[in-house]
Amino acid sequence: MSSITVTPSRRGFSFAEYITCLNGIVWREALRFLHQRERFISALVRPLVWLFIFAAGFRQVLGISIIPPYETYILYEVYIAPGLMAMIQLFNGMQSSLSMVYDREMGNMRTLLVSPLPRGYLLFCKLLAGTAVSLLQVYAFLVIAWLWDITPPPIGYLTVLPALVLSGLMLGALGMLISSGIKQLENFAGVMNFVIFPMFFASSALYPLWRVQEGSPMLYYVCQLNPFTHAVELIRFALYGQINWISLGVVAGCTAVFMIGAILAYDPSRGLARRGPAGGET
Amino acid sequence: MWRHCLLSGTVLWLAAAAPASAFMAFVSNEKGNTVSVIDTDSWTVTKTIKVGQRPRGIEFTRDGKFVMVAVGDDDTIQVIDAKKQEVVDTLPSGPDPELFTQDAAGKIMYVANENDNTVTVIDLEKRARIGDVQVGVEPEGMTISPDGKILINTSETTNMAHFIDTSTRQIVANVLVDARPRFAEFKHDGSELWVSSEIGGTVSIVDPVKHVVTGKVSFNIPGLRSEAIQPVGIGMTKDDKTAFVALGPANRIAVVDAVNHKVTKYLLVGQRVWHMAFTPDEKYLLVTNGVSNDVSVIDVAAQKVIKTIQVGELPWGVTIAPQ
Repeated sequence: MSSITVTPSRRGFSFAEYITCLNGIVWREALRFLHQRERFISALVRPLVWLFIFAAGFRQVLGISIIPPYETYILYEVYIAPGLMAMIQLFNGMQSSLSMVYDREMGNMRTLLVSPLPRGYLLFCKLLAGTAVSLLQVYAFLVIAWLWDITPPPIGYLTVLPALVLSGLMLGALGMLISSGIKQLENFAGVMNFVIFPMFFASSALYPLWRVQEGSPMLYYVCQLNPFTHAVELIRFALYGQINWISLGVVAGCTAVFMIGAILAYDPSRGLARRGPAGGET
Repeated sequence: MWRHCLLSGTVLWLAAAAPASAFMAFVSNEKGNTVSVIDTDSWTVTKTIKVGQRPRGIEFTRDGKFVMVAVGDDDTIQVIDAKKQEVVDTLPSGPDPELFTQDAAGKIMYVANENDNTVTVIDLEKRARIGDVQVGVEPEGMTISPDGKILINTSETTNMAHFIDTSTRQIVANVLVDARPRFAEFKHDGSELWVSSEIGGTVSIVDPVKHVVTGKVSFNIPGLRSEAIQPVGIGMTKDDKTAFVALGPANRIAVVDAVNHKVTKYLLVGQRVWHMAFTPDEKYLLVTNGVSNDVSVIDVAAQKVIKTIQVGELPWGVTIAPQ
């Protein structure tokens, strides 16, 4: 395994240089996303299947009581919309991490890591790029949801943006942390089974937590500890112009922890990536 | 000059910041034996008034000073002072009064007595019962034509809308409608009478001159059995263009184009939605949800449910002070 280390010049880097780097990474991610139309469509189809098929079936079964931030009775599809928005970001975060594994296998990561800028900053740019892509997907979903009569207050489309950025960063950082430990592309199926599905189902995305508590108090506590629950609730409240402070704290804290973890893991001198396969980049 | 501008700006800002004119809504809670008072500015219950047994029909007097509520199991109508928010008087009625209406001047009141098959006529000034009209079995729905000449009563078991001449107090026509007619409402121009049939699941449109059913509004909510769709309360906007129909255990309010009699939208509200009342400015429509013990607020222009407020047990009717 070869490691490429470039010592930054002592003068440091100008703001413009940082922006150039950010621009390059975000632009590459955006181009890759735009060129992969199937990826865009599949990113939309997944939540829409839940919305149109799953939610339609449960429409009459699940009685939804009035819980904050809602002020009146809502249909089931209105309830699950924030959960599906978070699901888009969860899959996108994991897909970004998949692309890191791919980049590492294909050698593209070398191009990224030869940059003289700090590795933490490079990874943050990569995270931002992934989050920006997830925002495109979420807003496309919101447009379709609006046609389906899921109509949050107009200001909600704006207030949800910072929540989406934060939750996108958290889920992206988690994906990055996980990707550092994945040796081969094929192992990504495990991520689906061991990360995405448990995180999604053991959360408030599909059912309100009071209903989970009625069914299983144990599962209720698991859901409470799941950071994805807090991403969903942060988005749900923000979509209605409100802040769920507990969720905000949990998501911000988890973002910091996952990011630090990912930066450490991608540090060639001590990270998990060091244990990567032959031919790996770092 | 700048001071003048500042002053005008401040006045404008204060005017804009001032809350919209608040109204008082009174909700009868059938099982709780109470009346909840809702402030339509803060959308909160500001007082709960203890009343007689089984309060149902509820309406403001035309002058807006009193609220009358039919307390069925006490066989009387109680009068609440809207300012003091306490029961101050009672009016005579027949056994088990349920719904009632008043003439335009607010001098005569007509009460449907469910267990007596009669409509009682009450002089509101003298506070005295001045006559009875025999109608069908289990009378309920009551409304009066905009010109005040015809009183309508629906009888639940006879399945009829009875047309009563208010001057002679005689039935002049009976119109057969679908099963269990619960409520009747005239268009403001008097051109149509709408009668909801709880079991029939329809709203019949009746020509008030020819006394014939000219059309029917039917309802279909995907995923719901037709038996669960039970139309009860009806609210018509002042321009007669839009009607709102409460669909009971379907937990929906149907928004109906009152011109072509087609449903345009269903709004999700609480369980067993029953009756409704507009705020005088017609910005909001309040509907009572019996089983979920709450009242939902509908933004009339946006046709959206914006809030649901907990009230007493089994809310039935609602009335809002006239301006």
